[in-house]
Amino acid sequence: MKEHDVIIIGGGPAGLTAGLYAARSRLDVLLLEKLTPGGQAVSTAMVENYPGFEEGISGPDLMTRIEQQARRFGLNIEIQQVERVMLENGRKKIIADDEEYFVKALIVASGAQPKLLGVPGEKELKGRGVSYCATCDGAFFREKEVAVVGGGDSAVEEAVYLTRFAKKVFIIHRRDQLRAAKLVQERALQHEKVEVLWDTVVTGIIGEQVVQSVELKNVKTGRESQLKVAGVFMYVGVTPNSDIFDFPIEKDAGGFLVTDQDMQTSVEGVYAAGDIRSKLLRQIVNAAGEGAIAAFAAEKYLENQTS
Amino acid sequence: MADFPEVTDSTFEKEVLQSDIPVLIDFWAPWCGPCLMVAPVLEELNKDFSGQVKVMKLNVDNNPNTAQKYGIFSIPTILIFKGGQAAAQIVGAMPKKQYVDKLNELL
Repeated sequence: MKEHDVIIIGGGPAGLTAGLYAARSRLDVLLLEKLTPGGQAVSTAMVENYPGFEEGISGPDLMTRIEQQARRFGLNIEIQQVERVMLENGRKKIIADDEEYFVKALIVASGAQPKLLGVPGEKELKGRGVSYCATCDGAFFREKEVAVVGGGDSAVEEAVYLTRFAKKVFIIHRRDQLRAAKLVQERALQHEKVEVLWDTVVTGIIGEQVVQSVELKNVKTGRESQLKVAGVFMYVGVTPNSDIFDFPIEKDAGGFLVTDQDMQTSVEGVYAAGDIRSKLLRQIVNAAGEGAIAAFAAEKYLENQTS
Repeated sequence: MADFPEVTDSTFEKEVLQSDIPVLIDFWAPWCGPCLMVAPVLEELNKDFSGQVKVMKLNVDNNPNTAQKYGIFSIPTILIFKGGQAAAQIVGAMPKKQYVDKLNELL
């Protein structure tokens, strides 16, 4: 059993920035990360909207820099997967896969993960044409036709990225307009290899061994069809990693943690930052900002406890 | 990570298929962010299972034949070979425990 003043769960942009601020405040802080720090940002080929990098920076590069910056101020990081969090006499107890911790303040920055579409064939063909990471898997589809499911920033950006390899990229979107930033939309809509299938949902993925086609349905006309593709990239949103709490904590309908403006959740001394928070925009830039606020709020909380 | 054992198309037969002990292969590429996240976990597995399991990496860029043969369309993919057969497959970067559990099942 180890004891710390502050523990941060998750080593993405929010957690690392919280760690950077906490370390600079000389708090007794530890960050727990189940893999290597970086989070979902590591799957992004090029980050173009994080200030300070006028030409853009690759996701892995940016995250390595933020990690090294946090470590420079003395942030300790342990590879631990957190399994449960509970409350014991006002302190928070964290059970990880091979260690237990007591903390006074907890910052939850455990992020989110790609949502499954939930159609037949998806799980069976994962890694065999069904993918959630275009930068990882795009190169396996050289000169092939692929589909991207979704209409947000990630879907449309990654569709354009996939044109580097694929012969043709279909964006399959359930509405009649995209949600992605206008600039990102323009790149896709003007690209000769990209075609958008509007008002269309995927109802199934078909393939022996590997993906061969997707089953489609037009939501306006009800017409069903099949589209031959070798790969299907899912960008239909994210689901929060928020099922670790053994006590009541306020979540929104999607399971994201609800906080006040100082990032405190409904539980005193428990803060949330980054993609796990209930909010409008999920980007690296505001994840980092929320991490900073959470660390500062946690510091104030600790001061009030001792005074 | 420089001295982490790599297997190639030409050494695969001898290093993996003819190995006396199970071999865990990490199919990866340098341009794949999540692949870089698994690397430290594999180094730990290499130490923890020393003598029981060979842990090796295969760069899919330089060794397309083996990747194709085993139908790799997503990286990182971990394949565990036992007695010359692919006995387990784990797609995506996972926490260490998942690999440990799978290895313990096969040993």
